Amino acid sequence: MTLSVSNLRKEYGDKLAVDGISFSVQPNEIVGLLGPNGAGKTTTISMILGVLSPTAGHIEIDDIDVIKNHSRALARTNFAAVYAALPGNLTVIQNLRVFGLMYSVPSLERRIQEVISELGLEPFRDKKAGVLSSGEQTRVSIAKAMLNNPSLLLLDEPTASLDPSAARDVRKMIKDIVAKHHTGVLWTSHNMNEVEQVCDRVMFMSKGRILLEGDPRTLPKEHGKATLEDLFITVAREPLTLKEAA
Amino acid sequence: MSAMAPVAGIVLRQMYLLRGNMPRVVQLFVWVLVDILLWGFMTRYMSALMPGAGSKFVPAILGAVLLWDFLIRVMQGVSLAYMEDSWSRNLLNVFASPISIGQYLAGLVISSIVTSMFGVVAMVLLATLVFGLSFFAYGIMLAPFLLVLFLTGIALGIVATTIMLRFGPASEWLVWPIPAVISPFVGVFYPLSTLPHWMQVVSRILPPSYVFEAIRTISTGGQASFHTLALAILMSLGYILLACLLFLNIYRYALRRGLIARYSAESF
Repeated sequence: MTLSVSNLRKEYGDKLAVDGISFSVQPNEIVGLLGPNGAGKTTTISMILGVLSPTAGHIEIDDIDVIKNHSRALARTNFAAVYAALPGNLTVIQNLRVFGLMYSVPSLERRIQEVISELGLEPFRDKKAGVLSSGEQTRVSIAKAMLNNPSLLLLDEPTASLDPSAARDVRKMIKDIVAKHHTGVLWTSHNMNEVEQVCDRVMFMSKGRILLEGDPRTLPKEHGKATLEDLFITVAREPLTLKEAA
Repeated sequence: MSAMAPVAGIVLRQMYLLRGNMPRVVQLFVWVLVDILLWGFMTRYMSALMPGAGSKFVPAILGAVLLWDFLIRVMQGVSLAYMEDSWSRNLLNVFASPISIGQYLAGLVISSIVTSMFGVVAMVLLATLVFGLSFFAYGIMLAPFLLVLFLTGIALGIVATTIMLRFGPASEWLVWPIPAVISPFVGVFYPLSTLPHWMQVVSRILPPSYVFEAIRTISTGGQASFHTLALAILMSLGYILLACLLFLNIYRYALRRGLIARYSAESF
């Protein structure tokens, strides 16, 4: 199993951000983590990335405990997020070298060339990351995220700031990468069309809990909704009603 | 790859920032040069006022300024390396990587050694060529002087980084004045006996105060005590250990409170 999360809980004082959730991600599987703003998605991802301690629960990446063996577990994962762009004052190649070293990537120069080719970054390799378009920056972030051939890739709204064409390119690249490297992906997005296209399975979060889980193409009908977007809106507005219906 | 690879990553980032970026390179030299010119001419003026004492002013004041600047460069070298990640909202990328806290701090320290050397070399050249300061005047004691100041600079740099990790990007304003706040206690320009008793008590726990006392002793023809400087070295090492423990403690606090993710989204 690529990712195993069990009874994960996060409290900030008397505020409960994540309420004992459990889920897994298998190799070669793209799992969508959906939910309204404040549902607990980014909190969950932060805990998986080891930058936020859980109040309780366990997280294992490739059977390695993230809390007990922080560095070993994180060496097998990587992430790209719209709020974590790479330093804009370094060029693409410089960023990849710096992060390649931080992830102790073997045969680094060769691996950098591979991800540059895979993500079509050759024309931008010597350009500062900060001057690239949003779509190009996203590709650079994904290149960094693929440097260490991670078993688990965490993508937090990777297409959020992209135009439809660039978003489609990024989705295709990620699907190709997953197929090629058998990577497990945890993907958050507010774009339900995207989720239907990309994800093998989705989990709906609301108020720190996973309310629903299933195939994004069949889940809406199972809950009496026409589309995934309708289901999302219901989860966001009336989570308890939906839970009772389920 | 070795355990040094993540450390090299932190250092390489700083080197890339310096390479081909004139303002960043200039700031490594400019304040040092301004200090040397200012205090160099001041020393020359004082020597002219008191001709007999002139030879003592150069090592006692200009030398002290130079060594104090060295400590400041080392401290800022550590904290600036962290600030660069904070300014570019890169903390999340760094701390979500497999790098350990020990490797991260080692990277900051090595970055500081490299960047502070630029300023120190320029400082020594100018002070020697223009104002006739000879570091040989300190003899073999120069090695423990530099070591104490270097180690204290590292400890202060880690404390400064810890403050920024705890209180966020805006606390940078608390960090810049740290050397200015402690300078009256370490007696860069005057003997510690000039200070009131309570300030002397504080001075005794600050390793650089032993260096500047020793400089004055040597400048007036006396002999500095190796034992005292050895104590200052041990004290500095102890402060580095304490600073690392403090950083680790605050890092754990930051993990509990989600500060690293928050700072990546928070503007200065």
